[in-house]
Amino acid sequence: MIEVDNLTKKFGSKTAVDHLSFSVRKGEVLGFLGPNGAGKSTTMRMVTGFLPPTHGDARICGISVVDKPAEAKRRIGYLPESAPLYNEMTVTGFLRFAADVRGLSGNTKNDAVERAIETCFLQSVAYQSIDTLSKGYRHRTCLAQSLLHDPEVLILDEPTDGLDPNQKHEVRQLIRRLGQEKAILFSTHILEEVEAACSRAVIVDRGRIVVDGTPAELLEKSGTGSLTDLFRQVTTLDTAEDTTEDAA
Amino acid sequence: MNSVWTIFKRELSSYFSQPIAYAIIVVFIITSLGLTFSFGNFFEFGDASLRYSFFYWHPWILMFLAPALGMRMWSEELREGTVELLGTYPISMWSIIAGKYLAAIVVWTIAILLTFPIWITVNWLGEPDNIAIISGYLGSILVCCTFIAITMLVSAFTRDQVVCLIVSFLVCTGTVLIGFDDVTRVAQQVASPDVADAMTSIGVLSHHGSLHGGAVRIQDLVWFASIILASLLGTSAILSAKRA
Repeated sequence: MIEVDNLTKKFGSKTAVDHLSFSVRKGEVLGFLGPNGAGKSTTMRMVTGFLPPTHGDARICGISVVDKPAEAKRRIGYLPESAPLYNEMTVTGFLRFAADVRGLSGNTKNDAVERAIETCFLQSVAYQSIDTLSKGYRHRTCLAQSLLHDPEVLILDEPTDGLDPNQKHEVRQLIRRLGQEKAILFSTHILEEVEAACSRAVIVDRGRIVVDGTPAELLEKSGTGSLTDLFRQVTTLDTAEDTTEDAA
Repeated sequence: MNSVWTIFKRELSSYFSQPIAYAIIVVFIITSLGLTFSFGNFFEFGDASLRYSFFYWHPWILMFLAPALGMRMWSEELREGTVELLGTYPISMWSIIAGKYLAAIVVWTIAILLTFPIWITVNWLGEPDNIAIISGYLGSILVCCTFIAITMLVSAFTRDQVVCLIVSFLVCTGTVLIGFDDVTRVAQQVASPDVADAMTSIGVLSHHGSLHGGAVRIQDLVWFASIILASLLGTSAILSAKRA
């Protein structure tokens, strides 16, 4: 469902993503790991059609993001890293707007908004203005917007960032549940999430994939049974020279 | 077309759910009518016309106020990161630009048309040329469209609203001052009459002037349309260049 083929992004002379290739099938949840600045967000921004790649392509359900961006985008739900929202809108107002943009209308729209609010546990703040929400609610509102059109592909950039342990658990369960029907690519810093939610994980460092496997395989590779050890072995410190994730 | 409407609706309700639209409308009405009755010498003219007492001042007011309304157009999206949401929705950049632009224009059109009591007043006091007044309103709206388009272009460059306000205010003021009589007179003395003529026709005042004088000329409409179109095309180019 997601096929990433030799994806490369250069910002000036810096290479943020370096000939990255991987694929995510339906029913698979791929965890995208890596230190800050490894190129995770840049990769996701290219796959979702926000950034044009310097080389390579990503296909969503066989549709090229480069050649047919609008059609590919229709099949993607995306949660950006900082969970951006229009602060002056209410949660419901924002979700209705996002549903409009996705071309939903009438009862389909109302149902979609209602379902997204339920799925992301937003009932208590549904009519509250977004600028009064706590970080956890903001994150879940943005997550809700990515689920509205029931996309085949979900791309979530640090979906559990800023959530409390209960919310983290809920979101992981949600990802797991959604992953049975969809292809999900999500990035995280939290290694325990790999075991909790992923069916497969890759570790990216300096724009390249350094490890790829199921959580069990990763644990085996580490030698010590700890993902942290594996992570530390295969990645470079984020103080290294060519880290450009934030350049966009 | 649907997506233009969706973006337009969101933008318009965002203007009116915050104090910004009301502030702009009130400040515009107060300054435009205030100038009419003070420096505009509305009563001393003894003429039932709005040309010099009312419409004359509009470019001078709009060069401050239009950037104040428009400064958030892209700067805020860039700062809050919502541009990333818009950029991953299945809608074209053009429909977003058009929706945003139209929403700002509608707020301004409301502000300008809400000065209608002055129109009623001149009709009550005398017999004005109402066609000239309509073309005067058209002129003011077109000046506004131009300044908003310029502000939109500037706002695509920066995520800082204050920088956007200052730069677009300077650009708009430039287009007003370059054709101002006192400025072109100096140009005529230091350079040549041709230079002064060129400056007059580049400036916004001569094009606005013929409209508030009651003359709807093709060359003025072309002037407004080309600046607006160039600014909107520039906005689209800047936004794509930012992502490359």
